[in-house]
Amino acid sequence: MLIEKHKDKITEILGRYPEKRAALLPLLWLAQEEHGHVSEAAMKEIAGVLDLTPPQVYETVTFYTMLNRQPIGKFHIQVCRSLMCALVGTEQLLGWIHAKLGIKPGQTTPDGLFTLSQVECLASCGTGPMMQVNDDYFEQLTQEKLNRILDDLKRDGKSPLATGPFMFPVPQHMNR
Amino acid sequence: MNKYEPILLKNMMQPGYTGSLADYERAGGYQALRKALGKIAPADIIEVVKKSGLRGRGGAGFPTGVKWSFIPKDHRGPRYLICNADESEPGTFKDRQLMERDPHQMIEGMILAAYAISTLIAYIYIRGEFVLGAKILENALAEAYRAGYLGPNILGSGFALDIYMHRGAGAYICGEETALLESMEGKRGLPRTKPPFPATHGLFHQPTVVNNVETLANVPHIVNRGPEWFASIGHPPKSTGTRIFCLSGHVKRPGNYEVPMGITFREMIYEIAGGMRGDKPLKAFIPGGASAAFLTPEHLDVKMDFDSLAQAGSMLGSGGVTVMEEGTCMVWAAENLLQFFNHESCGKCTPCREGSLWLLQILRRIEHGHGRQEDLDLLLRLCGNIAGRTVCAFGDAEIAPITSTLQHFRDEYEAHIRGQRCPFRPQPVADLITVGH
Ligand SMILES: Cc1cc2nc3c(=O)[nH]c(=O)nc-3n(C[C@H](O)[C@H](O)[C@H](O)COP(=O)(O)O)c2cc1C
Ligand code: SF4
Ligand code: FES
Repeated sequence: MLIEKHKDKITEILGRYPEKRAALLPLLWLAQEEHGHVSEAAMKEIAGVLDLTPPQVYETVTFYTMLNRQPIGKFHIQVCRSLMCALVGTEQLLGWIHAKLGIKPGQTTPDGLFTLSQVECLASCGTGPMMQVNDDYFEQLTQEKLNRILDDLKRDGKSPLATGPFMFPVPQHMNR
Repeated sequence: MNKYEPILLKNMMQPGYTGSLADYERAGGYQALRKALGKIAPADIIEVVKKSGLRGRGGAGFPTGVKWSFIPKDHRGPRYLICNADESEPGTFKDRQLMERDPHQMIEGMILAAYAISTLIAYIYIRGEFVLGAKILENALAEAYRAGYLGPNILGSGFALDIYMHRGAGAYICGEETALLESMEGKRGLPRTKPPFPATHGLFHQPTVVNNVETLANVPHIVNRGPEWFASIGHPPKSTGTRIFCLSGHVKRPGNYEVPMGITFREMIYEIAGGMRGDKPLKAFIPGGASAAFLTPEHLDVKMDFDSLAQAGSMLGSGGVTVMEEGTCMVWAAENLLQFFNHESCGKCTPCREGSLWLLQILRRIEHGHGRQEDLDLLLRLCGNIAGRTVCAFGDAEIAPITSTLQHFRDEYEAHIRGQRCPFRPQPVADLITVGH
């Protein structure tokens, strides 16, 4: 299914590398973007395209934390727990999320909307506490900001409080 | 604030600068490429970069021109350049800004590097979480192709280059260059035993150069303004140019600050980053990312350059400076970092794979009030069994937080054990902080 639908894209990806297996991560990303996770069926399909065995694909998939082997909530909240964020409020942030959604790391809300994970440093250590939700970064979080973001996501599927292109600090003369 | 003239952050600090090709060209972008391609021999570009004294900004500080010169000249067959945009060292957030705000600066650096080592193909290995950064770079690459800066005959010089993006998928170790190569080849990111080094056996077993984003971003400026100019900045001869330091933790103004190497931590923390948040005294700081040994107020006058940090028993590393105020528990901090290292150990070698878990467990029991007097020697013994006995430098990195906090704050560990509790954090929220994944 994946192959049929993305034939041209897959040909283009294969053209970037002299060896087929190098296209594995890009194809796994393609599968995950399509379905939200990488299913066994997708792994088998990809193995076929790259002349690999399914275990070779599986072995690679299991190494990478961003590749989901199971379906997850519509919004994957990933809170940075590494030291620099922890110094400025990871525990508070987890507490605010718990207060708002009633979930702890590793849990999904009963409506299947939000899954909460703790992850390691996301390269926004000067703007913590922070979280990534799906593709978007949310930085310098306060309880009020967090609540607004979660409301936005629930209502609109995205939030204008997402940050980037990243620059911190923004020089004084550039503050509009 | 920061009184030093920025080089790498200069464009993006201009009001209205978007990082588009037009903006970059207006700011003098791609002039270095015009100057070099077909007019300066590749070997001479390598000489220029050697002379500039530029050293890698990814962590190890290896001289960039020397690295390029290791690519065998008589090699028949492909060779590769990879830009390491994996930026996952806790405390580091400069490459993200360089990519998202001024992508062409890095791309021009890549084209020059590719020309110098005569490769036809280059890749940008970008960490999977940087979705926005990857999009911005894709757009910038497309612009560069349209303008003839990439493709089969760049600026009519006969030099050809393609650059492709390659996204990681969540694994700190893939920033280590040989793990990165494995990852690019579609495998688990397990570092390779060296030698052979990537310069002779790299990607797909071909000669390969891996350079950090910030390293490459410096190259156009060196080609434009000359190696002597670059070598006069900073703390020559061993630490030339600027560094973008990433300030985090308990300072008033965290963020990215570009300064000439060789200023003191005191100036960086108390002047540029505004001093301590809440004006509590400084207790400790990490000078170069999570892999660097902790330092104390005694070290505030240490200069921010490669040699001075090495002399002080730590390293400049990735440029991530994390500042901790009085009242921060050092055992808790070490435990937090060991949770990171334990989670990110690739598992290839036993001392690191097993050792990181044992270290974490011991730190955790000390922090949570169940420490034993013999634990401190046990920690040191374990660290000694990891140091220098692993496939990659991760092993040395993971012990740094422990050996350095034990060196500077041993009494604090002892107070935890004697009092059977953490003196700073009476009620750890253990409930919310889960172990492992
Ligand atoms: C565990 C580990 C993680 C690393 N992570 C990164 C990284 O995220 N980004 C980076 O540029 N270099 C990283 N490095 C350093 C690379 O191995 C390599 O030295 C660097 O990319 C070379 O580029 P440079 O010479 O321009 O610094 C890491 C090294 C180790 C041992
Ligand atoms: S030191 Fe750790 S991260 Fe490096 S190869 Fe060994 S197990 Fe993997
Ligand atoms: S420590 Fe949280 S983003 Fe780096």
